[in-house]
Amino acid sequence: MDSLVTHSSILAIAIPLLAAFIVPLVSKVGDKARNTVVIGALALAEFLVIILARDIYLNGLHVYTLGAAATDLTIPEHYMVPVRIILEVDAMSVFMGIITTTISLAGAIYSISFMKEETGGDRFYTLLLLLAVGMLGLVFTGDMFNFFVFLEILSISGAALAAFRTRFGDATEGGFKYIVISAVGALVVLFAVGILYSQYNLLSIAALAQAIQYTALDKIALALLVVALAMKLASVPLHMWAPDTYSVAPAGTTPMIYVASQACLYGLFRVLFSLYGVSLDTLTIGWVVIILGVLSMFVGVTMAVHQSDIKRLMAYHAISQSGYMLLGIGVGLAVLADPQALASYGREAISGGIFHIINNALYKGLLFLTAEALFFALGTRDLNKMGGMFRNMKYTAIFFIIGALAISGVPPFNGFTSKLMIYESVYNFSPVLAVIAMLVSILTLASFTKAFQSAFTGPALPQHDNVREVPKPMLIGMGILAVAIVFFSLFPSLVVDTIVTPATDALIDQAGYIGAVMGGA
Amino acid sequence: MTAGLPFNIPFLAVVALISIGLFIILTQRNLIKLVMGIVIMESGVNLFLVSLGYRTGGIVPIFTHAPEGVMVLPVPQALTLTSIVIGVATTALMLSLIMLTYRHTGDIDAEKSRRLKG
Repeated sequence: MDSLVTHSSILAIAIPLLAAFIVPLVSKVGDKARNTVVIGALALAEFLVIILARDIYLNGLHVYTLGAAATDLTIPEHYMVPVRIILEVDAMSVFMGIITTTISLAGAIYSISFMKEETGGDRFYTLLLLLAVGMLGLVFTGDMFNFFVFLEILSISGAALAAFRTRFGDATEGGFKYIVISAVGALVVLFAVGILYSQYNLLSIAALAQAIQYTALDKIALALLVVALAMKLASVPLHMWAPDTYSVAPAGTTPMIYVASQACLYGLFRVLFSLYGVSLDTLTIGWVVIILGVLSMFVGVTMAVHQSDIKRLMAYHAISQSGYMLLGIGVGLAVLADPQALASYGREAISGGIFHIINNALYKGLLFLTAEALFFALGTRDLNKMGGMFRNMKYTAIFFIIGALAISGVPPFNGFTSKLMIYESVYNFSPVLAVIAMLVSILTLASFTKAFQSAFTGPALPQHDNVREVPKPMLIGMGILAVAIVFFSLFPSLVVDTIVTPATDALIDQAGYIGAVMGGA
Repeated sequence: MTAGLPFNIPFLAVVALISIGLFIILTQRNLIKLVMGIVIMESGVNLFLVSLGYRTGGIVPIFTHAPEGVMVLPVPQALTLTSIVIGVATTALMLSLIMLTYRHTGDIDAEKSRRLKG
């Protein structure tokens, strides 16, 4: 058991990676065997991440050095700096790891019945597993170059998944936009990594964080990283690709591509807090993040209100919700250098932002899945061509209600808890921002009321008389997320204490992140 | 690193390649040209990495039977190789998506083959 915990971080990446390339072979045996391998690999990854998380909450940060005599031997003998590939997993990384594996598992189960209608299932699952690998690697890695590599893995597999239904013209277009944005973004990240390497000859995030001087070149690298990652996480004004990509991606993979952009959000926070940290001009950078957040929130929701395509509507809400996280964590970053403000509301703001990431992954994931269920059953994404589906698709309707109430921040659902944390703390920083955040929440509710009313109530259209509830695996996929939402709504303080607060502490504690690799620095 | 005009030429080339690439990406509407822009930008970044590791008069960084002298840095070369491999995958995917778009719309102009709006 001990050695399993020691190696869990690399195994959680390696097992889905191995499974990804076994899947095409297993597909020759049959679909059942293939599904078992996929679900099994993801479930195993989830199990490994959970035991890793337990170990991190008990014993602190986990470091894994690949190829070293001992896994915690980060700096080889006779060397001054880490040269091997290091996975550095703290409470924040493992928090993202839990989200990633849960959503991937739900997405894979949901995809089973979807794939019965499609061809090329073996390749679909290879891509799905690679996407999971990319996200897990991105959140676990401890050096900047592997950050780039995993960013590319998730981009390539994400784009191929988005364009998977190539018989639709819009699918190839959405996938193409995603890969162009990702390719440019990743090149910019690589260029920034090159700039950092040119000055310090280091790649490890911890070693770089210790050496960083915040010179003019570092500022350029920071600007490049922020722009590239903001583009990848679809923050306004760099959000153009997101509605197109999210709306065409098939079934279970839309939530995964969305979580992939949340992983890039994590990357942004890792760069800001752990790599640059207090050496930054935190007030300025904090405001930059806050402005990105407010813009995303507001523009996202106003664009969503008038959408008639249900998946585009969801996609704009996804952009809008990312704004809350940027807002909460931006406020925390702005007061990072001020211990008093940090203790009185900054920490709360960061916790709210982080809590919102997991809440949002759950209810947004659920909503994307219900939207796809409607598309699956009705063959259209146009809200004007739906109606009265409450009678035919009871469970989907109930899941939709749960998701819609949670995203609008209606008490007692989990969206309310994290939004309240953000409102309260942001109010102390700047009341105007809190008011905007509440206004966005009301608009969100309005938009979802409209969507629910068009899709599920009113008279059913004659051509939809024979529509039936979606198959069981789809309901199970949605059910997993719905149960998680209800659990999070019933026990918010339990969740905050066990997983959110350690993540906040880990994000703020730059010295701890450096010390784990550089040794007592 | 000894500064001097000859040493800076690779970096000037890097700046030129990346600017040309970005310019193409931002201005061209033909999707094939867009991909060309990305590839040019990628070459610029790769050249940047390789020239970072170069040391004037350096030798090949292989330790066995190495003659005396300065070695060039091996890490950026490894990074560049990885980056080239990834670049090939991205380019292949982009080109195949363009091919599919062309089949659907009969056009590779970004404005004319566009369906998703709003």
